[in-house]
Amino acid sequence: MNNLIILPIIIPILAGLIMVIFKKSIRLQRILSILAIVSTGAVAVILMNQISKDGIQVLHLGGWKAPFGVSMVADMLATMLILVTSIVAVCCLLFAFHSIGEKREAYYFYPLFLFLITGVNGSFITGDLFNLFVCFEVMLVSSYVLISLGGTKIQLRESIKYILINVISSFLFLVAIAFLYAMTGTLNFAHLSQRVAEVGQDGLMTTVAILFLIVFSLKAGLFLFFWLPGSYSAPPTAISAIFAALLTKVGIYAIIRTFYLVFYHEPQITHLLIGILAAITMVLGAIGAVAYGDIKRILTYNVIVGVGFILAGVATLSIEGITGSLYYLIHDMIVKALIFLLGGTVIHLTGTSKLNEFSGLIRLHPQLGWMFFIAALSLSGIPPLSGFIGKVFITEGTFVTSYFWLGGIGLATSLMVLYSIMKIFINGFWGYTVLTEETEKGTTKGLMLPIGILTALTIVLGLGTEGIQPYVDLATQTLMNPDIYIHAVLGSK
Amino acid sequence: MINNMETLMSILVGILFAIGTYLLLTKTLLRIILGTSIIGHGVNLLIITMGGLKKGAPPFLGRKETLFTDSLPQALLLTAIVINFATTALFLVLSYRAYRELGTDDTEQLRGIGDE
Repeated sequence: MNNLIILPIIIPILAGLIMVIFKKSIRLQRILSILAIVSTGAVAVILMNQISKDGIQVLHLGGWKAPFGVSMVADMLATMLILVTSIVAVCCLLFAFHSIGEKREAYYFYPLFLFLITGVNGSFITGDLFNLFVCFEVMLVSSYVLISLGGTKIQLRESIKYILINVISSFLFLVAIAFLYAMTGTLNFAHLSQRVAEVGQDGLMTTVAILFLIVFSLKAGLFLFFWLPGSYSAPPTAISAIFAALLTKVGIYAIIRTFYLVFYHEPQITHLLIGILAAITMVLGAIGAVAYGDIKRILTYNVIVGVGFILAGVATLSIEGITGSLYYLIHDMIVKALIFLLGGTVIHLTGTSKLNEFSGLIRLHPQLGWMFFIAALSLSGIPPLSGFIGKVFITEGTFVTSYFWLGGIGLATSLMVLYSIMKIFINGFWGYTVLTEETEKGTTKGLMLPIGILTALTIVLGLGTEGIQPYVDLATQTLMNPDIYIHAVLGSK
Repeated sequence: MINNMETLMSILVGILFAIGTYLLLTKTLLRIILGTSIIGHGVNLLIITMGGLKKGAPPFLGRKETLFTDSLPQALLLTAIVINFATTALFLVLSYRAYRELGTDDTEQLRGIGDE
C-alpha cells in the first residue's frame, strides 16, 4: 500500500475544482495550475525511485484487496509517462500564458486543462479496465470542451466530428468490456491476465481483443486516424500541442498495456494486425505530411507517423522492439509538443499557416529558426538527439523478429518526415524576408521559454540516454514478464 | 427460463444497435445524436445482460440464500449511464451552438471548406 500513488490524480482535480471557485482571479489560476502540475511531476519522481528500489507500488482503494476493489498500480512505465506528461504540460501552460487570450482564460481554460491532466494521469496509473474507461472519459470530456473553447466556426465544426467519433469509440469500449467480463468475470488487469492465461485465448477472446484494438486505435490514431488532422488543427496552439503530445499517447499506452499484459497469447494474430495497421498508418501519414503545404496539416500528419512508428515496435513483442517503443514514446511526447509550439509561434508571427505566404523568418528570429531546425532533426531521429535511440531499437526489434517490411517502411517514412519538416524550415525561414518587425502579427515575447525548455530536453535526452536507461529497462522487464505485475497486485499465491 | 430472458435481451440489444446505426448514418445532426443515445441504451442493456440476469438474492450479508446476484455489472452500468448522460448533454448543447454559428445541421455542409 502506498498512498502516494493517488496523488497524480488527486492534485490536479482538486486544484481544478478550487480554480472553478476563483473564476475572476486569473493570476491565482496561473500560479495554482503550475504548482499543481509541478508537484505531480515531483510525486512521479519520488515514485520512480521507490519503484526502482522496491518494485511495483500498488494502492487498493478503500482497503478492498484486488481483484475485488479498484487498484491503482504504479509500475515504471506508468510513472515515467506521468513525469513526461507533467513536463510537457508545464511547457504548454507557460506557452498558454502568453498566447491563449483573456477570453479563454476567463472561461475556465486552466481548470479544464487540469481535468485533462487528471484523466491522462488516471489512465496511466489505473489497474482496472473499467476505471481505465472512466479516466478516458474524464480526459475526453475535458478535451471536448477544450477543443471547442472559444467557439470559432472551424472549432465548432471540428469538435462535433471529434465528439461523435469518441462517443462511438467509448460505446465500443463498453461493449468490449461487457464481453470480456462475461467471459472472465473480472476487470482487474492482473486478474484478467491470470484468467486469460488459465482458460487460454480462444477465438472468441481474440475477437474481443481485436475489438479493444479497434477502440484504442480510434483514440491513438492508429489507422483509424481520419478524424485527427481536422480536430488537431482547429484549436489554439497550446491546446493542440497538449493534444498532440498526450491524447494519442494514452491510446498507445492502453494498447501496450492490454496487448502485453492480457492478450499476449496469440501474437501471430493480434500483434501481426498491430504491425500491419502500423505500417499502413506510417505510409498514409507520411504521404499526408509530404503532400500538404500548410503548417498545421504537416504537423498533424506527423503525429500520425509517430503513432505508427511507436506501434511498429510494439507489434514485434520483443525486448528490443518494446524498449525502442518506450524510448520513442517519451521522445515523441516531448518533441511533438515542441514542434507544435514552434509551428504555432510561426503562425502567431506571420498570421498565416500557408507555407507559400511567408519566408525569411530567420533574419529577425534566429533563435526560433535554429530551435526549429533542432526539433526537425530530432523528429526524424538524427543522432545525437532524443529520437535516435528509439529509432535504432525499434528497427532492431523489427529485424530481429524478421518483420523486415515493417522496419523498412519505418525507415523510409522517417526520411519523408524529415523532408516534410525541412520543407517548413526552408520555405519559412530561408529566403527573402517578407515581414518586417512592424508588419508582424505578434511577438515571440514569453513564447521562447517553453520552447527553449523542450529543445534543451530533447538534446539532453539524446546525449544522456544512459541516465534514463535503467528506468526504461525496468519498464521493459515488467512488460515482458506479466508475472511481475500480477504478483505485485494480487500478492503471492 | 433465465436463459430465454437473456436471449431475448440480446436480441433487443441487437435491435437497438441497428436503429442507432441507422440514425448515425443519416445527415441531420439531431438524428445522429439520438442515434448515439439509442446505442448507449443498447450498450447499457448489454452490460447488464453479460453480467448475467437475476441469478439469486441481493448480495447482502446475513442472508440465508447461498446464491447471490453479481452486483458489479450494476455498478458499472450506473457509472456508464452517468457518463453517457453527461456527454449527450454536452453534445446537444454544442450542436445547438454550432447550428446557430454555422447556420446548418446538415453533415454534408459540415465538411472542411477547402482548406487547401
